[in-house]
Amino acid sequence: MSRFKAADRRIWLLIAVMALLALLFVPFSQHALGVEYDYTLQTVALGGVLLGILSGVVGCFAVLRQQSLIGDALSHAALPGVGVAFLLAGRDAGALLIGAGVAAWLGVAFINALTATTRIKSDSAMGIVLAAWFGAGIALLTFIQSSPDASQAGLSRFIFGQAAAIVRADVVLIAQVGAVVLGVIALFWKEFKLIAFDAPFADALGLRANLVGALLATITVVTVVLGLQLAGVVLMVGLLVAPGIAARQWTHKLNQMVILAAVFGAFGGGVGAVLSAVQANLPTGPMIIVVLSLLVFISMSLAPGRGLIWAYLRRRRDHQRFAYMREHDIDVRP
Amino acid sequence: MSRPEDTPTRIAFTVEDLTVAYQGKPALWDIDLRVPEGVLMGVIGPNGAGKSTLIKAALDLVPRAAGTVRFYGQTYRQARRLVGYVPQRGSVDWDFPTSVIDVVMMGLYGRLGWLRRPGRAERDAAFAALEQVDLVKFADRQISQLSGGQQQRTFLARALVQDAEIYFMDEPFAAVDAVTERAIVEILRELRGRGKTVIVVHHDLQTVKDYFDRVTLLNVALIASGETGQTFTAQNLKAAYGGRVSYMADSEQGGDDDNDVMLVGD
Repeated sequence: MSRFKAADRRIWLLIAVMALLALLFVPFSQHALGVEYDYTLQTVALGGVLLGILSGVVGCFAVLRQQSLIGDALSHAALPGVGVAFLLAGRDAGALLIGAGVAAWLGVAFINALTATTRIKSDSAMGIVLAAWFGAGIALLTFIQSSPDASQAGLSRFIFGQAAAIVRADVVLIAQVGAVVLGVIALFWKEFKLIAFDAPFADALGLRANLVGALLATITVVTVVLGLQLAGVVLMVGLLVAPGIAARQWTHKLNQMVILAAVFGAFGGGVGAVLSAVQANLPTGPMIIVVLSLLVFISMSLAPGRGLIWAYLRRRRDHQRFAYMREHDIDVRP
Repeated sequence: MSRPEDTPTRIAFTVEDLTVAYQGKPALWDIDLRVPEGVLMGVIGPNGAGKSTLIKAALDLVPRAAGTVRFYGQTYRQARRLVGYVPQRGSVDWDFPTSVIDVVMMGLYGRLGWLRRPGRAERDAAFAALEQVDLVKFADRQISQLSGGQQQRTFLARALVQDAEIYFMDEPFAAVDAVTERAIVEILRELRGRGKTVIVVHHDLQTVKDYFDRVTLLNVALIASGETGQTFTAQNLKAAYGGRVSYMADSEQGGDDDNDVMLVGD
């Protein structure tokens, strides 16, 4: 049993290291990068952290259901909704988000309908919906931007993300909606875990996998839509799945994986948002993804048990130890 | 469930006119089946014969094109608590971040219902099931570290914890070693001994006579179903496997299983 306690301690240690890194990053960014933590940047950084937590937690289930691509399809599918909402309601932030959500939802419904009624596999269905919706979205936004109306400026931020566009009201919205989403996950923890592991068994038990799946898809849509302004449709999938993938390397327990993903997501979202403020018009999405990819790479290399470096060292140690024992006729077979 | 000695055996599982289609092709065609209580029944047939589909259609996991399925006279929806299920081992990702005891407790999620979390009682029940499959010392093991046989026994424990009356098992002997196979057979016999009905999709024709007191031969349509002695015949096997199997029972009275030879070829 003590072996598992040691593994648990490792997770807390890792979380402490991440917190320390985040604390060190603030003075580093101030002095080396010349970042000024004014009111705007505080807002942006807070938004990045909150979104990172949210998408890290939600993304774990997408990763475990082997549906990482659904996040990509969702975010791309949201784009035409932004365009349509702008044409209908103008530059109202709430309307844009609702438009994005409706379009993403329709995209997912279409993917599910395609896979249920035809022989098209889900990856192909996601690919075709992603491309079709995104293409329509780009065409629509280009059309809007070519119109003389001045108020359309800034719609392109949805493509790569623009943290600078985030205002205090956005952060409040992210916090409120995020709290509801996390509450839903806590409430339906057992159901989400079961359908991620064995959906047909959930159905056999009467815990309807399609209902639970629809709920999970809904909170994924909500998360993606909230993240669009920050990460953009192209790289939102990274914000969603990268924290989960990195966290998975460090632990074999779902609850620890979700907590770690939240920590990694917060780090990536916050640091990425701050880095994008170093220079004006630097898109936020790519910065966040660079930071998160680094975390994934480090985790895959270093994580005990699964990490590449760990595996290499173990192979070398085994080789040395057993070669020696065989040479000296020491029998260690069980 | 108490059964007075003098009453005739009850029918645990009834299938009538069951037809299932995938993409316009029938996977099961007009199946009629009556399985009495307290038997250990093997379901055999070639690949694509609809063996797994029979289980999935019974448990409402795939839509039925026609026909009805009853468990002690009830629909699956009504009889959910009476039914335990062991899916194919390969149907899940064994790299999922969870432990053996957690997987076993999933068998109780249905009884817990929506939103309620498993607690002390569920843990104890799961440990009791692990004891039956001899996996107690693996309770906290991550499932990614299990051997194939241990994975299978974990799934079996998850079904045992359901404390059902009728069990459906999809290839529980697939790719497990001889020792595990023996252990699983022992558990199945014990279930039968307690009056449970166990229906098992099975592939190894050599062991059918040894393991099962009833057998159902399937090849989209029902070939035969009944007591193993009368049903597991060369003729029925030929009908199920399309003449690709010849069966030589040259020691029908000798009783030595080793002399029963199965030739598989074309």
